[in-house]
Amino acid sequence: MYTFDIERPATIAEAVNALGGETMPLSGGQTLIPTLKARLASPDKLVSLAGVSEMQGISLDGGILTIGGTTVHADVATNGSYPALSQLAANIGDPAVRNRGTIGGSIANNDPAACYPAAALASGATIVTNTREIAADDYFLGMFDTALEEGEIVTAVKFPIPEKANYQKFVQPASRFALVGVFVAKTSDGVRVAVTGASNEGVHRWNAAEDALAADFSAAALEGLTVSSDDMISDLHGSPEYRAHLVKVMTARAVSAAS
Amino acid sequence: MTKVTMTINGKSVAGEIEGNTLLSAFLRDDQRLTGTHVGCDTSQCGACVVHVNGRPVKSCTMFAAEAEGAQVSTIEGQANADGSLNVIQQAFQDHHGLQCGFCTPGMVMTTAALLKDNPKPTVDEVREHLEGNICRCTGYHNIVKAIMAASGQDVSAIAAE
Amino acid sequence: MPKDDGIGAATVRREDVRFLTGAGQYTDDIKAYGETAAVFARSTVANGIIKSIDTTAAAAMPGVLAIFTGEDFVEVGGNPAGWLINSRDGTPMHEPKRPVLAHGKVRHVGDAYAAVIAETVEQAKNAAEAIEADIEELEAIVNMKDALAGSNFVHDEIGTNQCFDWGWIEDNREATDAAIKGAHHVTTLELVNNRLVPNAMEPRSSRAEYRAANDEYVLHTTSQNPHLTRLLISAFVLGIPENKLTVIAPDVGGGFGSKIYHYGEEALVLAAAKKLGRPVTWTADRSEAFLTDAHGRDHVTKIELALDEDGNFLAFRTETLANVGAYLSNFATATPTFLHGTLMAGNYTVPNVYVNVKAVFTNTAPVDAYRGAGRPEATYSLERVIDKAAREIGRDPIELRRQNFIKADQYPFASAAGLEYDSGNYDALMDQMEKVADVAGFAERRKASEAKGLLRGFGVNAYIEACGIAPSNLVGVLGSRVGLYDAATVRVNATGNLSVMVGAHSHGQGHETAFPQVVAEMLGIDAAAIDIVHGDTSKIPFGMGTYGSRSLAVCGSAVVRATEKVINKAKKIAAHMLEVSDGDIEFNDGQFSVAGTDKSVSFGDVALKAYIPHEFPLEDIEPGLEETAFYDPANFTYPSGAYCCEVELDPETGKVTVESMTAVDDFGNVINPMIVTGQVHGGLGQGIGQALLENTTYDENGQLLSASYMDYAMPRADDVPFYTVDHSQGNACTHNPLGVKGCGEAGAIGSPPTVVNAVIDAMQSGGKNVTHIDMPVTPHRVWSAMQNA
Repeated sequence: MYTFDIERPATIAEAVNALGGETMPLSGGQTLIPTLKARLASPDKLVSLAGVSEMQGISLDGGILTIGGTTVHADVATNGSYPALSQLAANIGDPAVRNRGTIGGSIANNDPAACYPAAALASGATIVTNTREIAADDYFLGMFDTALEEGEIVTAVKFPIPEKANYQKFVQPASRFALVGVFVAKTSDGVRVAVTGASNEGVHRWNAAEDALAADFSAAALEGLTVSSDDMISDLHGSPEYRAHLVKVMTARAVSAAS
Repeated sequence: MTKVTMTINGKSVAGEIEGNTLLSAFLRDDQRLTGTHVGCDTSQCGACVVHVNGRPVKSCTMFAAEAEGAQVSTIEGQANADGSLNVIQQAFQDHHGLQCGFCTPGMVMTTAALLKDNPKPTVDEVREHLEGNICRCTGYHNIVKAIMAASGQDVSAIAAE
Repeated sequence: MPKDDGIGAATVRREDVRFLTGAGQYTDDIKAYGETAAVFARSTVANGIIKSIDTTAAAAMPGVLAIFTGEDFVEVGGNPAGWLINSRDGTPMHEPKRPVLAHGKVRHVGDAYAAVIAETVEQAKNAAEAIEADIEELEAIVNMKDALAGSNFVHDEIGTNQCFDWGWIEDNREATDAAIKGAHHVTTLELVNNRLVPNAMEPRSSRAEYRAANDEYVLHTTSQNPHLTRLLISAFVLGIPENKLTVIAPDVGGGFGSKIYHYGEEALVLAAAKKLGRPVTWTADRSEAFLTDAHGRDHVTKIELALDEDGNFLAFRTETLANVGAYLSNFATATPTFLHGTLMAGNYTVPNVYVNVKAVFTNTAPVDAYRGAGRPEATYSLERVIDKAAREIGRDPIELRRQNFIKADQYPFASAAGLEYDSGNYDALMDQMEKVADVAGFAERRKASEAKGLLRGFGVNAYIEACGIAPSNLVGVLGSRVGLYDAATVRVNATGNLSVMVGAHSHGQGHETAFPQVVAEMLGIDAAAIDIVHGDTSKIPFGMGTYGSRSLAVCGSAVVRATEKVINKAKKIAAHMLEVSDGDIEFNDGQFSVAGTDKSVSFGDVALKAYIPHEFPLEDIEPGLEETAFYDPANFTYPSGAYCCEVELDPETGKVTVESMTAVDDFGNVINPMIVTGQVHGGLGQGIGQALLENTTYDENGQLLSASYMDYAMPRADDVPFYTVDHSQGNACTHNPLGVKGCGEAGAIGSPPTVVNAVIDAMQSGGKNVTHIDMPVTPHRVWSAMQNA
């Protein structure tokens, strides 16, 4: 790693003040630290968010689950208020990673194979930052790209809890990230289906499936649909056609398992 | 250089660190606790697992500065007070749950965390819990068996020797 | 006398205590005053001309103590190949120089062209990045067929990318061709034995100290064979006299072959330690390990099996391209030849075998022996083509194998591939396998899987392998440049405890526990009184180290011979003490007694007398009780086995899970069944990894795509089942004193074809006529194969 300092502010305001220039926010570090080890980033300062108490914790209010940005995956996994989300969190990385990795870090990084972006997009979550609230539909802009401005940090994510939901992840065998992950959420307003891992465009919704499932929330409703392999990722672990195929399989399984 | 203080295996320690000093490096190089091993750069192998404030973490993927004031437990602090192997360590020896020994500290620390949360895990739960700990020697059979035995469950049905 | 810590006891391992308490001492754990760090500047291109290297800016950076480039090593030797292979036309193989640091050209991604020594690792990394290397990238040579056809060479001075073109046995070629031509049925299969990265969990590390007062060097290094490493450094690379260089392999975190070889990093830290007068340590990152550890396998093979109308095997014929990478690693040329071609008759009475292997240089990491080394490649080719043949001619795969097995009364058996198998009983292994795996119950289990929407497949395999490669006289004729004996010194201390210094190295194999079991059994004393000393050239006799499942069969035999010498001498001392002639002394349970009397002295009494030789017949017997033996085996040992497994296959996703894996092995006699079983487990895990997960892929530019655990899938606990391991059907090796055969590699040899055969069976059961699929059998590959079938 290159040389840098670490600053450990106690409030969001202090953290935001400390950012700027060649600084980077440090949340759980489970992606950032390997990146730094590979010398792929050279900040002169990291601003650790771990000590910002305003960004910690989980609360349920009026059917909205608010999760502080520095809440680790392990705490979401054991919360249980939103079972599909807890199940998703319980399968990110491994137990040790889940004790450090945070929802804010994941949402801010928007790795195209990460799990949380699928949950946020399918649930119609709201991304809360130090300056504003952003609807998930407006937040995820593509692979590693989000609506966050320079120096803006994710302080919380608000999840409306759907009637039924489920997340199905088909893992890439080495990294155990999603080769394809599909989050399905059914609410009184309809059905939202978000796909991660599959596309060069990053996390995205599968509108045709949403329409079909809104009419008939069953795996059978998906049978006539096809998923285009255009823009699907091609790598060592799967072709675009395979990923497109898995999107449909995982969606069907998520619908069948939704509760 | 900045100063960091933490409690390691019940002992309060202080040291000088850089911003980029990893907890694993602080343990190994500064504290000379070399039982914590580093086997990869991508936070996957788990040879470096220690407990911070009672939770298992990968010490190669956490800065020492972030452990300021924390309670840290490492493999060197796991044996019983009289120096004998604790229940988990003893089960690993009894069931040949290690060969070259390099991944072993991480396996023991991960097991300790599992059994604290889930004292009687199923075999599937054990295997799932070891997702972040890679062993190249044992094929995992005897590690899983040792963990089941450490949890007090009957392992006689798991193939012998 | 069954001893609870003697031969056959499942004694728990004494070395575990230090590993379980964090007290193991691996190379990177060793630190002293004045420590410095070495970091290498490595090529980011697969093939390139080094136009210039400017270290000026780097040298001025904070903490930098020294910088080395290839220029600094042009006067010293290269890292040699340990085995000379002659091509079919009698010409010797091509042996390009492998320098300490690349000079003139870089030849694979990760090839080191400079090294920085600094006060800290991070300072050294900063400086390594600041080295200005002007490297002109050339077109990379990656694919073996293209490498043989093209005019772009990894080593320009050779003028070809073919290292050798080897035939085995050349005299069998015509008969084999004729047998295939006239056969009733010929099954042909083209397959890839996938390249693997060994991935011992401890990355390679080397640490050197130089003691100017005596002009002595000490090298701590991650080695499976410290004496061999010292010999290579002394005699070939740096020319440091052997008696001025101590090589210590302390605790080593796994090897699997990758730590047999001498690597340039070892020479570099030695040179740097002398230059600086300070300890110099280099420890690989995992990413460096991926790029620079010797890889394994990487064969592309066409195999043909000829059968008569009754299903008798008439001939096996293979053509193999074996990738040796950019440079010849120490045993790279032995692995695809004498450790592979000689096994191509398998467990069968087949009369004709001909093997052709072309070794090919490419701009990739060197390839050498990895757990099994040649034998997994042979077994995979044989057992896949046999399975395919059984399907083609409508025979049960177990019955077809049995029909062609060498029978129990045919030993010693001269195989058509040139080996003499000493003992075995393949039908008994298959009987036991069918029993313990409940093969008869498979149909019911398949129904249960199908009820869940999953396909279930059964795969079977029989293997034979050759361990403890020997004897030196034979391997010398075949091209080996080393002997393949091992050595042990048994030192009985005055107070009656023992230090046994061995040439083998334990890095997971449990020698510290198993070897004392042998000595304790022979001497009738507690194993706890016996310590094994290994890994330090200043303490142990010259032995060849640990690889090829040789430790117990070869070094263990040396231990037996040395212990026999100790007993013989001790009998003489006891005879003197008891005032009788040597021939009257009996030795049992640690007591020397006079036959037919109650007169006796204990082993401890004799030991003390040996070192306090008062009233001692010094004219007949020297004082002391310490003996050394070198043991050079008469033949290989031939472990064999019958394996089967069952897989479930999800036809929607292509995902395969191994539901059961049964390994029935003939290891001859077993010293510690717990350790033997553990060795098989480990091999099975690695074999399942090769079959389903591990994929080493270079792109057309020679960039390693699977260069970290993010893309190289290591087997994890939830990728494997509990295994059923059985070694009840042992037939003792006939030519070593323990009757042991070697167990370290069997699991990795026997399991890959077993898994792939099961996957094919599963796909066939789903109505998909897929006859072959290459490893690793990833979900994507399975799905694609089923789409196209």
